[in-house]
Amino acid sequence: MIPVIGLIVGIAIGVFLQPDVPLGLQPYLPIAVIAALDAVFGAVRAVLDGIFNDKVFVISFLSNVVVAAFIVFLGDKLGVGSQLSTGVVVVLGVRIFSNVASIRRHLFHA
Amino acid sequence: MPEPMAQPEPTRPARGDNGWRQLARMARPRATKANFLAAMLALLLGFAIATQVHQTQSSNLETLREDDLVRLLDQVQQDNGRLGDEIQVLQAQRNQLQSGVAGSAAARAAAAQRLDSLGILAGTVKAHGPGITITIRDPKDGVTAPLLLDALEELRDAGAEAVAYDDVRVVAGTYFTDDDNGGISADGKPLGLPYTIIAIGDAATLASAMDIPGGVSDSVRRVGASIDVTSSANLTINALHTIRVPRYARPVSEPSPTSS
Repeated sequence: MIPVIGLIVGIAIGVFLQPDVPLGLQPYLPIAVIAALDAVFGAVRAVLDGIFNDKVFVISFLSNVVVAAFIVFLGDKLGVGSQLSTGVVVVLGVRIFSNVASIRRHLFHA
Repeated sequence: MPEPMAQPEPTRPARGDNGWRQLARMARPRATKANFLAAMLALLLGFAIATQVHQTQSSNLETLREDDLVRLLDQVQQDNGRLGDEIQVLQAQRNQLQSGVAGSAAARAAAAQRLDSLGILAGTVKAHGPGITITIRDPKDGVTAPLLLDALEELRDAGAEAVAYDDVRVVAGTYFTDDDNGGISADGKPLGLPYTIIAIGDAATLASAMDIPGGVSDSVRRVGASIDVTSSANLTINALHTIRVPRYARPVSEPSPTSS
């Protein structure tokens, strides 16, 4: 419950402040957001599986974001930034879909 | 957790049949440090989402990738070329219109000048300028219409541009007739005595033309009249000729654009 409230408050802050993304972070923020979303859906699934652990969630969240950003950074350095970004988004998207499917089975038994 | 693949089939039946209850149980606020951290992370995530959405909505060139930029640049260059062509066409059009304006102004000036010269020639406008005044006193009634016509021809030879006999403006169709009572008429109007001729032109030339031996002055004196020629720097001819619309003659084509 508290994390959900935190999410809503964060969105509200972002909407009201309308901050500009620093130039250096611009390629990484979208990927980091996708990775964090993947972590969140994974956490919800873990809750339903009964294996949720706050500490694991925090660590996986941070490592997901950092790894995703690092992959994009590496891709940019290697000259394949856009392709690698696409690949990361695809992989994370697939994971999000599978997590959501699992959540759906838990909640709706379907 | 982000490792759902590792456990594809969780122990769902053992963990209660209702996933919703499980979710509600976990959603209860717990004042642990990890829960607080998770909330902070969620806040950060929400902030990042909102920021990224805002950034995407207000995205400008700096967020675009290289090939997009190249495409954009290409498009801008194409637009630039197209607009440049348009500018050239419009400039040519403007120049054309401007020269048209200048041309029509010149034509108007030429037409006005032509109107002036034709008006003087046709006797429809008053004229002023240097010239001579000829006064012929004819006590013996010796002056005849041919003599006055000779004088007119002499004046024209000398370059008179506008001539008036008394108050009759002399034009191309002016004629002189001897009246029955010994007077002379010009264009049907009796000329008053003494005969006064005003001619505008080069005064010296006109005056010397009158004094040619065997010319107008000699002829006039021969018939017993006296002639008096006065040069003047500025004469005015107020007499006007009334133009009659030609009954028979019609212009063949457009009048030539140049005037004398």
